[in-house]
Amino acid sequence: MQMFEAVRLALQTIWANKMKTAFSVIGVFIGVTFLIAVVSVVEGMNNYMTDRFAGTLLGVNTFHLRRFPNFQTGEVTEEMWRSWVRRPRISYEDATAVSEAITVPHVSAWESANRTTLEYRGKLARDIEVIAATERWFEIRNLPIAAGRAFSGQEVRAGTPVVVLGWELTERLFEGRDALGKEVKIQGIPYRVIGMVEKQGNLFGISLDKFAVTTAYAPAKRFVNPPGVVDALMVQTNSLGELQIAIAEAEAVMRTRRHLRPSEDNTFAIETADAVLDFWAKINRILMIALPGLVAISLVVGAIVIMNIMLMSVAERTREIGIRKSLGARRRDILSQFLVESATIATVGAAVGVGTGLAGAALVNAATPLPAAVAPWSILVGVALGAGVGIVAGIYPASRAARLDPISAIRHET
Amino acid sequence: MTSTELIIRVRGLTRDYEMGAERVQALRGVDLDIPRNEYVAVMGPSGSGKSTLMNLIGCLDTPTAGQYWLNATEVSRMTDDDLARVRNREIGFVFQTFNLLPRATALHNVELPLIYAGVSARVRRARAAHALDRVGLADRAHHRPNELSGGQRQRVAIARALVNDPSILLADEPTGNLDSATSAEIMAVFNDLHRQGQTIIMVTHEQDIAAHAHRVVTLHDGRVDSDTIRHAA
Repeated sequence: MQMFEAVRLALQTIWANKMKTAFSVIGVFIGVTFLIAVVSVVEGMNNYMTDRFAGTLLGVNTFHLRRFPNFQTGEVTEEMWRSWVRRPRISYEDATAVSEAITVPHVSAWESANRTTLEYRGKLARDIEVIAATERWFEIRNLPIAAGRAFSGQEVRAGTPVVVLGWELTERLFEGRDALGKEVKIQGIPYRVIGMVEKQGNLFGISLDKFAVTTAYAPAKRFVNPPGVVDALMVQTNSLGELQIAIAEAEAVMRTRRHLRPSEDNTFAIETADAVLDFWAKINRILMIALPGLVAISLVVGAIVIMNIMLMSVAERTREIGIRKSLGARRRDILSQFLVESATIATVGAAVGVGTGLAGAALVNAATPLPAAVAPWSILVGVALGAGVGIVAGIYPASRAARLDPISAIRHET
Repeated sequence: MTSTELIIRVRGLTRDYEMGAERVQALRGVDLDIPRNEYVAVMGPSGSGKSTLMNLIGCLDTPTAGQYWLNATEVSRMTDDDLARVRNREIGFVFQTFNLLPRATALHNVELPLIYAGVSARVRRARAAHALDRVGLADRAHHRPNELSGGQRQRVAIARALVNDPSILLADEPTGNLDSATSAEIMAVFNDLHRQGQTIIMVTHEQDIAAHAHRVVTLHDGRVDSDTIRHAA
């Protein structure tokens, strides 16, 4: 009997026993749903962590020199926090000295940030991150300019009151009208809008497009940071190897400047995307170890259920098997009929599970700040696991059916 | 090909069953020759071995001893799968209880032997429709067995038995579940088929049904008791 016939027959039988099929595939269904949904969320987190978090917030092959880390990956005790805020800030001189001491090719930028309100002709945008930065900041942060231009080094040194806006902020203040050349007020001081950054989207539900960047010495600097200090010096190198050299050099310079003895800890933080990604990789690894176990348990349960349902089905259809045998069905015809049936049942369950898993991932994406991205391999694995479970679960019932004696099977009363 | 060519040649056919510690001899050495286009009724009281003989002739079972040639091929020593192929190609069964698949349409029921013969779907449908037409059920092709009368179900079963052009039509009490009017109808179909050249072997315990056959073989205690030719074939 050809495969196509067998599958068609299986689908007919499944259709005729909708309830029974629905019950028998619950295990496979749950397993595959779980697999797809969890893998999608993990994959989404992965994309976010590597592309957005590491690429945008910290920058590729970049370190930040700060008073204390911006992203905490472990538990921060009260005591740690108190020691952190007692540390000296990063001064202009620190930043300049570090930049000058690094021997590998690099670009650097200063960054200071605070939250405040922007105004355009009486319209207010509250809680906006206002950043005072130097000209290479856009490059290191990998933020392309969508319209207008970024500011120049000359404008930075002159403290020109110009500003580059994030996408969402532009929308809010200008509502689709042209923003270039207009003046927005930060703390009552007018700034000319010279550019817009490309839309960045969300990270964990927080918009990445609500910011305004102005020049490092602009008047806004006064409320962003005390005079003469920056939040961070950002240094970007061409490769990871060079980054490590740059970090070592920066650390050496800073320790000398702070007069730290070898026994003393750093009184500054050097932060890279690696630290954050390492932490994420740890979570990821735990999930990926736990996931197969959880999926396997539901699939084993699913296989046992399917096997029992198939045994019942063989018993109920003993007469049908006898009839088929009397009409010339060979053992392998009966065997493949029941194997295909059990594989089809399980695959249908897995396919529904894939659908539900995808819906779950979409729901997570829409309703929670967690990003979810479907991994195509998880769909393939899900369907293949379903079919595999069906075949394994079908072997014993199908071989029992195939071995039935046609004479007694055909006389079997049901 | 002559009309006296033997379809079935049986020599010393014996079948024992183990019933616990006891050994039951259902057939004790049956010799039987059936030429092409014969219409044979097998009779006998229950326990006489007629069902056992039917199962052996129908290749559903293999003998303990003795030999059986079907179309000059010895089938008494064949494996399961070879027997399945012989059943598929050479034998058309008609059962007392019809034995149709309840969920399948008449057409699909008739198609079944062709599926196992590996016939393509298009050819299969055409041949099944033709077989249903031969038994006068062309207009019932898409009905399920529970939408058909007993006589119609048995005619679907006959169509199914004929669809592979078997060497023998093997009927086991074909009218056992039918009233006398319907029985007569089925017998008319059998007579027609016989006239068209079909070899028919029919197990029955009813004299008036056996009367349709041209030869009556009576079994008793696992042996042929009498073998009478009633009409010239």
